Amino acid sequence: MKNRLLLGDEAIAQAAIDAGLSGMYAYPGTPSTEIMEYIQLSGVAAGRNIHREWSANEKTAMEAALGMSYAGKRAMVAMKHVGLNVAADGFINAAITGVNGGLIVVSADDPSMHSSQNEQDSRFYGKFALVPCFEPSDQQEAYDMVFDAFELSEKYKTPVLLRITTRLAHSRAGIIMKEHPEPEKKLKLPSDPLQFVLLPAIARKKYKALLTSYESLKYDARISKYNSFNDAKKRDIGIITCGIAYNYLMENIGSSSKNYPVLKITAYPFPTDLIRDITARCSEILILEEGYPIIEESLRGFLDDGKKIHGRLNGAVPRDGELNPALVAKALGMQVSTGGKVPVVVRNRPPSFCKGCGHADMFTALLEAVKPYGPGHVFSDIGCYTLGALPPYNAIISCVDMGASITMAIGAADAGLFPSIAVIGDSTFTHSGMTGLLDAVTNNSPITIIISDNSTTGMTGGQKSKATGRIEQICAGIGVEREHIKVIVPLRKNHEENVCILKEEFEYKGVSIVIASRECIQTAIRRKKAEASNE
Amino acid sequence: MKNDIILCGVGGQGILSIAAVIGLAAVENRLFLKQSEVHGMSQRGGDVQSHFRLSDNHVYSDIIPYGQADLIISVEPMESLRYLPWLSKKGWLVTNSNPFNNIPDYPPLDEILTEIRKIKNNIILDADATAKEAGSVRAGNIVILGAASPFIEMSFSSLENAIRKLFTRKGEEIVEVNLKALRAGKSFVNQ
Repeated sequence: MKNRLLLGDEAIAQAAIDAGLSGMYAYPGTPSTEIMEYIQLSGVAAGRNIHREWSANEKTAMEAALGMSYAGKRAMVAMKHVGLNVAADGFINAAITGVNGGLIVVSADDPSMHSSQNEQDSRFYGKFALVPCFEPSDQQEAYDMVFDAFELSEKYKTPVLLRITTRLAHSRAGIIMKEHPEPEKKLKLPSDPLQFVLLPAIARKKYKALLTSYESLKYDARISKYNSFNDAKKRDIGIITCGIAYNYLMENIGSSSKNYPVLKITAYPFPTDLIRDITARCSEILILEEGYPIIEESLRGFLDDGKKIHGRLNGAVPRDGELNPALVAKALGMQVSTGGKVPVVVRNRPPSFCKGCGHADMFTALLEAVKPYGPGHVFSDIGCYTLGALPPYNAIISCVDMGASITMAIGAADAGLFPSIAVIGDSTFTHSGMTGLLDAVTNNSPITIIISDNSTTGMTGGQKSKATGRIEQICAGIGVEREHIKVIVPLRKNHEENVCILKEEFEYKGVSIVIASRECIQTAIRRKKAEASNE
Repeated sequence: MKNDIILCGVGGQGILSIAAVIGLAAVENRLFLKQSEVHGMSQRGGDVQSHFRLSDNHVYSDIIPYGQADLIISVEPMESLRYLPWLSKKGWLVTNSNPFNNIPDYPPLDEILTEIRKIKNNIILDADATAKEAGSVRAGNIVILGAASPFIEMSFSSLENAIRKLFTRKGEEIVEVNLKALRAGKSFVNQ
C-alpha cells in the first residue's frame, strides 16, 4: 500500500497523474497553485510528457483543456474561485458542448478571504452550468474523487467541477494511493463532428440534451458513495453537512455520533431524495455548509414555513466566513472550548513588501511624481504590489479584478480625471491587461500605465510569467507609440531620474507605458541558489 | 494519544521546515496526521501559523479547536502569544527569545517576555545563539524544535531520522549541523 503525505492540492494532482491525465492547465491563484506545481515537479509527469505549462489566464487554460478533451484525452484545469469567473464563458458552454476525453475543472474557493477579493461559492457555478460537482470532505476523498470524476465526465460527456476550499487545499494528510496507475487515453476525435459547434440551431438541441442528462446526473448523485446518510435513534435534530463541514461536525460529536442522524453531501447535483428523507425523519434540521447557504436556501424556499431549519440564514452559523470546530460546536449547542486571551501587547503584523522589493522603490518614485496632483489618481491591480494600498505608501485606490487597473483608468480619464494612472504587474498584464490596453490605444486615452515588472508571478510564489522579456514588444504591437514606452529600473539610486520620467509621462495626453523592471527578490534568491547547485 | 501543535512565526522564518520534520517523523511512527499551512499573501513578512494534529486515531478537523493545543512552537516571541486562544490550560509554550522586528510599533521585548512567563509551562530560549554555536545561524528553527521535542509524543530518534531524511539532499554537513541544533535545543530544556 503506497502512502504519502500530501496537501489536498497535491493529492488532486497525484490522483490526476494516476488516472491517466494527459494535460494540466492552470493560472496560479491561492489556494489552487500547488496542483500545477506538483505536476511540474513530478518525475512521472515529465516521463509521460504530460502538458504542464502555466496558461496566460484561467480562460485560456479552460479552453486548452477543452481542446485536449476534444482530442479524446483526459485533461484537468485548476484555478482559484475568482479565476472561474474569468473562465466562466468556456466553462458554461463546455457543459453544452459536452466533452470527449474526461475533463475536470478544479475551483479552489477561499472562504474567509485569506488571499482573495471575495468568498464566492463555486458550487453555484455547478448548478448554473448544470455540471456535476464533487466537494471532498478530506484529502483522501479528494484523491479518490478524481478517478470517479473522470469516469463520470466520460460517462455523461460532461465537464465535472471539483470544488475545494482553502483548509483542504493547504492541509497535509496521509494519502493511500492506487497501486496501479491508469494509462493515458489514445487520441480519438468525437463521433459527432458538430459536437463543439454551438450554432444556435445546434446549441438548442444540445441544451435540451443537457437538461435530460442532468436528470440522470441527479440519480447518480443520489446513489453516489460520496453521499451517505447515517440514521440515529434520537431524531430531534438531523444534520446535513457539505464538504469539509463534515470534519468540523465529527470533531465535535465523534464518539457520540450515534445520537445524530447525519447526511453527508459531497456529490452534486443536490441529492434531493436524501435531503427529503432526513428532513422527514427529524424534527429540526441543522445545515453546515462551508461557503454560501446554497442547500439551506433551497430547503427554506421562498415561504420558509416548514420545518425549523438552522444554518447560516438564521444566525445559528455566521452568514460569512469559513467554519471551524468552535462555530459548529456553538451551532450544536455544545460547550465551546476556549483558551487564553491574546495579550494586548501583541501587535498586528500585516504582510509587507520584502526587503529589497522593486515594487517598493517604484511606489516611492510614483508617490513623489504624483504628489502635485493630490490623492486619488492611481488605480491598481492584483499582486504583491496591492500592498501599496497599506501604510506607509497609501499609494493606490483600487484592486478589483485582474486587469481592472487599466480599464478603470480609461473610464476615469473619460470622466475627466487627470492624470489617470494604472499600476499593474507583468503577469497580471498578460493575464487580462493587454485587451484593456488595446481599448486605451484605440481611444487614445490620456493614461499612464506603470507595468511593475518583476519577471515572475510573485504573490503566488514565483511562477513563470508569460510577459518576461516581451512587455515592450507586446505594448508596441498593441499600438503604443515607441517613444512613450519607457523602461526604468526601480532602485533608490535611480530615484530622481525615475520621478522625472514618470512626471513627463503623466503630462503626455495619450497612452504611455512605464515599465519598472527589476526581478523579484524572492525569485532572484531562488534562481541564484539553483544556479549555485548546478555548478 | 492526541498531540495538537501550533507552529508559528513570521513568513520566511522556516516554520514549514519544522512542520516537514514532524510530518516525516509521524509517518515513520505510522500516526494519523493533519497539518494545515498558510500560503499566499501572509507569507510576505506577515504572521504565519501551521496547525499540526497527530493522533493514533483518525483526525477530522484540519484546524485545532480553541483551548486544545498541547504545544505552541514559536520561532518568534510576540508571535507565540498570538495563538494563546488555542493553547490548553495544561499546554506548553516553547519560543525563541529573539524578536523579528518588521513593524513600526513592535512592543518592548521585556513586555512580551513578561506575558510569556505568565503561561505556566513556558520555555524561552535564544535559539539563534544556540544555532550559531551548533554551526549555522539558519538552524534556529531546528533548535526550537529540539527544545519542544520533550512535549511531542514521538521518540527523539524519530525526529533525528526525519532530519536526516529532510536534509540529506543538501549534504552530510547540513544534516550534522541540524542534528546538532536539534540536540542543543533538547539539552537546553533538560538542563
